[in-house]
Amino acid sequence: MEPALIPPAHVTFLGIPGAFFSVLIPVVGVALFTYIMAKRLAPMVLAAPDFRFDRVKDRVAAVIKLWLGQFKQPRYRTAGILHIMIFAGFIILSLRSISLVIIGVSPDFHLPGMAGGPGHVYNILKDYAATMVFIACAIAAYRRAIVKPARYAVPEKYGHDHTGEAIFVLGLICTLLISESLFEATAVVGNIQAGLPVEALAPLTLAWLFKLMLSGAGTGALQGLHTAGYFVHDLTFFFFLCFLPLGKHFHVITSIFNVYFMKLDRGAVKPVRHGVSEDKLDELESFGVKKFEDFTWKHMLDFYSCADCGRCSDQCPANAVGRPLSPRFISIKARDYAFGHYPLRGPFKSGEPLIGGIYTEDEIWSCTTCGACEEECPVTIEYINKMVDLRRGMVDEGNVPQSLQKPLAALEKRGNPYGKMEKKRAEWVKALAKEGGPEVKVFDGGDTAETLYFVDSVTSYDDRIQEIGKATARALSAAGVDYGILGSLEKDSGNEVRRFGEEMLFVELKEQNTEAIFESGAKRIVTADPHAFNTLRKDYKGLPPVEHISQFLSRAIAEGRIKLKAGEGEGNGEGAVYTYHDPCYLGRHNLLYDAPRQVLDAIPGLKRVEMTRCKDRSFCCGGGGLYLFYEPIEDRRMGQVRVEMAAEAGASVIVTACPFCLVNIEDGIKTSGMEGKITAIDLVELVCRHMDVAN
Amino acid sequence: MEILVCVKRVPDTSENEIEINSSGSDIQRDDLVYSVNEWDNYAVEEAIQIRDNVGGSVTVVTVGDDDAEEVLRREMAMGADKGVLLKDDAFEGSDGRGVAAIIKGEVEKGNYDLILTGAQADDGAGQVGGMLAAMLDMPFASLVNRIDVVDDKKINVGREIAGGNQEMNEMSLPCVLSIQTGINEPRYVGIRGIRKVASVEIPVKGAADLGVDAAVIGAANARVKRLDYFVPPAGEGAEMLEGGVDEIIEKLIDMLKSKGGIK
Repeated sequence: MEPALIPPAHVTFLGIPGAFFSVLIPVVGVALFTYIMAKRLAPMVLAAPDFRFDRVKDRVAAVIKLWLGQFKQPRYRTAGILHIMIFAGFIILSLRSISLVIIGVSPDFHLPGMAGGPGHVYNILKDYAATMVFIACAIAAYRRAIVKPARYAVPEKYGHDHTGEAIFVLGLICTLLISESLFEATAVVGNIQAGLPVEALAPLTLAWLFKLMLSGAGTGALQGLHTAGYFVHDLTFFFFLCFLPLGKHFHVITSIFNVYFMKLDRGAVKPVRHGVSEDKLDELESFGVKKFEDFTWKHMLDFYSCADCGRCSDQCPANAVGRPLSPRFISIKARDYAFGHYPLRGPFKSGEPLIGGIYTEDEIWSCTTCGACEEECPVTIEYINKMVDLRRGMVDEGNVPQSLQKPLAALEKRGNPYGKMEKKRAEWVKALAKEGGPEVKVFDGGDTAETLYFVDSVTSYDDRIQEIGKATARALSAAGVDYGILGSLEKDSGNEVRRFGEEMLFVELKEQNTEAIFESGAKRIVTADPHAFNTLRKDYKGLPPVEHISQFLSRAIAEGRIKLKAGEGEGNGEGAVYTYHDPCYLGRHNLLYDAPRQVLDAIPGLKRVEMTRCKDRSFCCGGGGLYLFYEPIEDRRMGQVRVEMAAEAGASVIVTACPFCLVNIEDGIKTSGMEGKITAIDLVELVCRHMDVAN
Repeated sequence: MEILVCVKRVPDTSENEIEINSSGSDIQRDDLVYSVNEWDNYAVEEAIQIRDNVGGSVTVVTVGDDDAEEVLRREMAMGADKGVLLKDDAFEGSDGRGVAAIIKGEVEKGNYDLILTGAQADDGAGQVGGMLAAMLDMPFASLVNRIDVVDDKKINVGREIAGGNQEMNEMSLPCVLSIQTGINEPRYVGIRGIRKVASVEIPVKGAADLGVDAAVIGAANARVKRLDYFVPPAGEGAEMLEGGVDEIIEKLIDMLKSKGGIK
């Protein structure tokens, strides 16, 4: 059956058949797209290696959950729902777009299996999809142009505003939808007018609306709109394809790959160079990222995949307190660098230093590696590895802030950042015994035990934090554990040493600790320090199983080995409202959200509230280890902001499970003038306070 | 410009608890960790920056035993081109004049335009730089916090004077300067940097190589002799606060309040 209107393949322009253009447009479009993509891939070919071709099952699962399932999107409700609408619509409409290209040559073409019933169902589906995308784009444009959510703003130092690009692309998408719907509606109206049987258009769709509007139009106008609809769609489609790799909409193409090749191991840090083992590190001429080409290809793909949505920076605690760091612009600046130095036309320019170029030193040191940005990113862009690599580059050049040089030198000489003597590492044990606490075995004195309590530097040496060590010892003893500490044989675990880019120092600390741990013969390790917990699990190799004290406590309570009683009287928790602050290295980096809460909830009568930012959205206290020495440029302290959040939640006691969190939060209580109103305590200290030893 | 920087290996004051031994002859040295004297580190950084700007080379020299080699390597990892260890049993126990005389020997063997020392050493008396200049009959400026190279014959050097003001002086080369901390921000040297220079040969020179006058070196010829180390008794009005950090702070605040220091 011939349709009433001449299909685009058969119309002629100045005697040239439409099919000619239907071939020309895709051929030129695809050629241009291929050319642009080749240019975009050029820096990735020169980039450092990155081994991401393993664990196919995990990667496919990630693509299904994060890309196809858009799992992270609803974390920002409005924008997320809009994105899911547009994304789902794109997936559905992609089939239509492919068949439309071929229809330009062969008017009766159907995708395989789409000729009969499924075709009808699909047509209804795609008309609703197009309408859904249209509505979503309209709302998105309204948000961009009128509502202007703060996270889209571009601070002056980071360049120009991106609203224009966003709205232009929304316009392109709407053009695609309108032209396709017009093409469809005009064909239907033409057939109705000619008395031919037609497929009913789904009600309340764009095509249905156009059908109503055009029902009285003349054949000439219908034919014109029909042909124009087709070719406008065709042109816009291929223009859009070539436009994608020129800006933030590159993510439309790259996101599926970026998610597939995502970092799968939380809390871990990439090796200095993939393919170079630790004992061959000395042979490397240069460490870390100094110029753009030192990034791995995956990190470049990250830059291309950034959709500029601003969620990372919205969650970033450094950004929140006015430090000169906004993760979003780590990506955007690098992407712009790549576009500028690997231009579509003209020679490539490589080798410019990044620090002092697009990044500043303070920007890179400002990151606490809390991981809030990575947790949020819908397309799984990673930042911590880049920060570490950039720092490795700076350390290699001797470019380290003066405030960090002393603690690093002390770590090298004494194995702790304070420069305290090794033999004093176990002094807190003596103090504990004097206070009537349990005797703690010390392995450097020849003792042995089943369990090794890895104390780490801050708990060993800091007057206040030694209380966490004492409480941990009391809890372990109360639960009947046979345990001991390494004493002077223990060195700093090096979690921050590694994340500050001092890889060789980290390797030394790791080797010394590993040897001491093996020598001790311990069968398992427990620590109350999430930073030690993280690095022993993720950065060390072949150690006995490592547990955080919150896991141990949760189990010991469940098994009845530790019994808890209610606090009595003011100052002992009566009338207090508790909130739990998730330490980054326990929560986000190790997914331990429940165990500490179970411990808290096991204390009879304890009233607990959650802060708005909790669990995987926890707000970093300011960072641990070497961060206690770093002097950042900032308006406010993160710890102070966190204390204010707890006050807002109505809490009077902040419980945490990390020595550094305790340091920073106690400081925050002082600097925010909340002394007397809010107190902070470590989980294991709180447990000790509530231990029912009599039973 | 050929630059010689004199450096010293000292017990690191930030990583040791300095205590006097029971006989009062020395500090307790078991369990000490050593590093480059802080002032010297600034001097080396300054020398490297000058070399990077105007060309030439930087040599670091120290008077000491085999252990002193580690500080030379550290400074070479920083960027110094050469290291020289001045070592001889005859050097042991030299006073400031003796050390200056030893270094003078090395200066005269070379062709140096600029000689830098730290303003003082953590365990020293701040005298070698000035004595060295006098022995060499070269111009000397102490406590330098700025160096501007004018040409290969002249430099301008700055010193901080009272009230945060800056003084500038013109000096002709060759000359000796003692360098104050804060003149620059010394770069970081990690384990990796030290390993890179681990196999570089460091020449060792003794009294004979340097032609040092034997009459001024060694403990026997020292004109300044150490008698004793002791902790001075608390004077009137002086009080040592004792207890934990929090306790001490509390006591201090109470005292400041009661004496009207703070309100």
